Amino acid sequence: MSTTPYGVLRPGVLPEPLIFERGTPGRTGATCDPNEVPGPSSTDVIPAALRRDDGLAGLPEVSELDVVRHFTRLSQWNLSAATTLYPLGSCTMKYNPMANEAVARMPGFAALHPLVPDAWAQGTLELMWQLADFLRAISGLPGISLQPAAGAHGELTGIKMVRAYHNDRGNPRKRVLIPTSAHGTNPASAALCGYGVTEVPANDAGILEVDTVRRLLDTDVAAMMVTNPNTIGVFERNIQAIAEAVHEAGALLYCDGANMNALMGVAKPGDMGADVLQFNLHKTFSTPHGGGGPGAGPVAVSERLEAYLPTPRIVRDANGYRWSEDFPKAIGRVRSFHGNVGMLVRAYAYMRTLGAEGLTDVTAMAVLNANYVRARLAGTLPLAYDTPSLHECVFNDRDLEKTGVHTLDLAKRLLDYGFYAPTIYFPLVVPGAIMIEPTETESKQTLDEFIGAIENIVGEARDTPDVVKEAPHNTFIGRLDETRAARRPVLRWRPSEDSKPDA
Amino acid sequence: MRYTPHTPAEIETMLAAIGAPTLAALVEHVPAALRDTAGLDMPAGLDERAMRHELTLLANRNRTDGVAFLGAGAYPHFIPAAVEQLAGRSEFATAYTPYQPEVSQGTLQASFEFQSAIAALLGMEVANAGMYDGATATAEAVLMSQRLKPGRPLVLVARALHPQYRQVISTYLAGIKDVEIVEVPFAPDGTTPLPSADLLRRASCLVLGYPNAFGVVEDLTRAAAGAHAEECLLISATSESLALALLKTPGACDADIAVAEGQSLGLALGYGGPGLGLFTSRDRFVRNLPGRLVGETVDVHGRRGYVLTLATREQHIRRERATSNICTNQGLCAIQVVVYLSLLGRHGLASLAERNLRGAHALAERLSGIGTVHFAGPYFNEFVLAIPGARRRWQHAVAEGVIAGLPLGDWYPELEDTLLICATELHDSAAMDRLVAVLDAPQASAEPKRRGSRS
Repeated sequence: MSTTPYGVLRPGVLPEPLIFERGTPGRTGATCDPNEVPGPSSTDVIPAALRRDDGLAGLPEVSELDVVRHFTRLSQWNLSAATTLYPLGSCTMKYNPMANEAVARMPGFAALHPLVPDAWAQGTLELMWQLADFLRAISGLPGISLQPAAGAHGELTGIKMVRAYHNDRGNPRKRVLIPTSAHGTNPASAALCGYGVTEVPANDAGILEVDTVRRLLDTDVAAMMVTNPNTIGVFERNIQAIAEAVHEAGALLYCDGANMNALMGVAKPGDMGADVLQFNLHKTFSTPHGGGGPGAGPVAVSERLEAYLPTPRIVRDANGYRWSEDFPKAIGRVRSFHGNVGMLVRAYAYMRTLGAEGLTDVTAMAVLNANYVRARLAGTLPLAYDTPSLHECVFNDRDLEKTGVHTLDLAKRLLDYGFYAPTIYFPLVVPGAIMIEPTETESKQTLDEFIGAIENIVGEARDTPDVVKEAPHNTFIGRLDETRAARRPVLRWRPSEDSKPDA
Repeated sequence: MRYTPHTPAEIETMLAAIGAPTLAALVEHVPAALRDTAGLDMPAGLDERAMRHELTLLANRNRTDGVAFLGAGAYPHFIPAAVEQLAGRSEFATAYTPYQPEVSQGTLQASFEFQSAIAALLGMEVANAGMYDGATATAEAVLMSQRLKPGRPLVLVARALHPQYRQVISTYLAGIKDVEIVEVPFAPDGTTPLPSADLLRRASCLVLGYPNAFGVVEDLTRAAAGAHAEECLLISATSESLALALLKTPGACDADIAVAEGQSLGLALGYGGPGLGLFTSRDRFVRNLPGRLVGETVDVHGRRGYVLTLATREQHIRRERATSNICTNQGLCAIQVVVYLSLLGRHGLASLAERNLRGAHALAERLSGIGTVHFAGPYFNEFVLAIPGARRRWQHAVAEGVIAGLPLGDWYPELEDTLLICATELHDSAAMDRLVAVLDAPQASAEPKRRGSRS
């Protein structure tokens, strides 16, 4: 092993500069004959004042092999769910089946233009129709939109519908109630719809109490957003009573479906009194997360909100499926075209593969794995709450305090053991939180190795704390200076000064 | 079961370790009244062979064998094999948001390269790591203009901006107090004249398509100067990003925020998604940007590395005071786009854009016997064809397996009897001849037996 300007050199993992630092002027990886169909040139038809004159300075000049080597090497610097256990709590990094990729790439799906006549898109429309049916069955809610592009986009869509509902009743109302343990997207989505946010604390067991909710409810409250199971992996057992209180106050119940993978075959949000729920297909239904998307965030709604679902919507008649805009109360469009359809295809493939029994098993095994990790580690790390867990469990770093080792250090040291780290310092209500979600696709063997790694690290924290505090040691690059990145932001590579495109 | 690995014996061992008698006991704390006893009302599962067979039958029910001259916000382009092979690598595809940068440098460096390439392509100072699509990026740009110019009650949006982008702006602004959207009409040549100083003075932004929904290239430089004279921000929104390889960049035109749809740059049509929103602005607005940013830094040994940065703008830190609620964006699409941009590079991209422009203009010439280019403004690879009986001819063409663009009357009632036609490098001379032939066929101009409407 040796150190290079770009990282530690290891067999099989090579250093790599920026793509802009590779190549040479004039080199190109793909060519095209501009005159294949002879016609007037850009200099003939675009006035000089409207033409680009910098020769696209700042874009790479590399060969195809340069590109292949570059991105293959970069990929090897990532840990991924395909590489190792990725136990990020609340993120559900389960196995992403290869078969789903194979079907999504079939030209019949991938090469379809979104504006073809409906008769040319009957396959995709039927898939979307059936996927909506599946989501209805799982949520217990009658109305579905597949348009939102990600979970947070589904939240935005849901709260827009809440606002339209209240507007129809003469008053949009002013505030949304959100538990302190919620994801940051919840308050941000509410704010984007013009609502103020009131935080709702949980009790000592990490559960919402109906009396607390009732005290905060008044005619200014438009909705309450509840994640169930919540972000500490605990089922909100008072949810029905909370729904009743919310509805009595004329408000609506938003269920954040980020953790739906813990509920399939166990309980339905529709039965809990939910009015709107978003799914995160990349969590529950195995579409790959892509290092930050694309996701897909379909929303399911109760009868109260069906009229407000985004448009266009698919309708079915004697001629098959078609798009319709004919819904006067709809909130309109939340993105162009029809949603992240490629992700819908993958999720559909997953649901067809597993079926009712398989999806029920997914939840059962996810709960088993989380509880196994919880039981095995309960003697090693303090649990944040004793309350029973579903699909994830939350520990804290309280017992490590005297060693000077913190949650962050433990997370970094896990990387040395070849595992990705759990979610840390979230939810905010748990100081030093270590939130573990193993998911259902991990074997007992992998879980035992992971548990062993944590036990070892806690031992190291006691015996050789510096090894943990200075971790990671075996990764391609060491701990990074995030403060420096924010203080003097360098957000792009720039071509040399004389060819700066924005000079 | 498929994808869940435990044997019955392992399940027993694990339950014993937990101290639970059965799997059911693990969910007993869910109130009995809520527990689902009916089970999921869904079909039984399939093995991989049967699943893929079923999905293949569905895919085959879509028609992708015809010749389509459709653009209108989603553009058919050739995607080199290396693009999907590289971006589709599991190490990229199955990673999460890079919260642990030491083991996520692949995603992070690729994202930094993406930001750099997009800033260069749009000629802007700074780009973020991506948004959902062009339409939501435009809506977020409008919201950003409201943060930068608080108290200005108007948002000026060109009628010639893609209608779906306008609709998404409306949806996003609904419920934001005291902001009114004013539509700016288009001129006979298809460009958007500068709104009055009085309107500009009260507006946080002017939003123009570049090229616009008619394929026409707006004079952004003039629009920027006019808007800036009244301290109004200029937002340019591009749905065909390949055009930017030939057009003066939004940055060079002095746009304040430039957004785009990145689908053209190596992403499959996929019935409209996933695409990718590109979002760029001036450096001095960086703390108001929505979405993720990757920045350069060093590790403990002084080696260059990349991290997510300026996160205090974002929802997971700032919660209800965040610049946007966006979390998951379209990360893998951004990697795919930077692979594509790297592969084509400066020279490949320029020649591809030139191929598009020449092909579309050649097609317009071939169609000149039966229709006319409706707008005099310059265009790239898409134009509006005025042709008598446009809808009838379009229907005849569809029956012949040719989609003759988009009947623009669907989107602009005042443009009935026009077709929005796009030609890219995927349209060769023979395909163009076929389009001319089906539009010119005697049956195409004859009165139809029954007038159907296109939804």
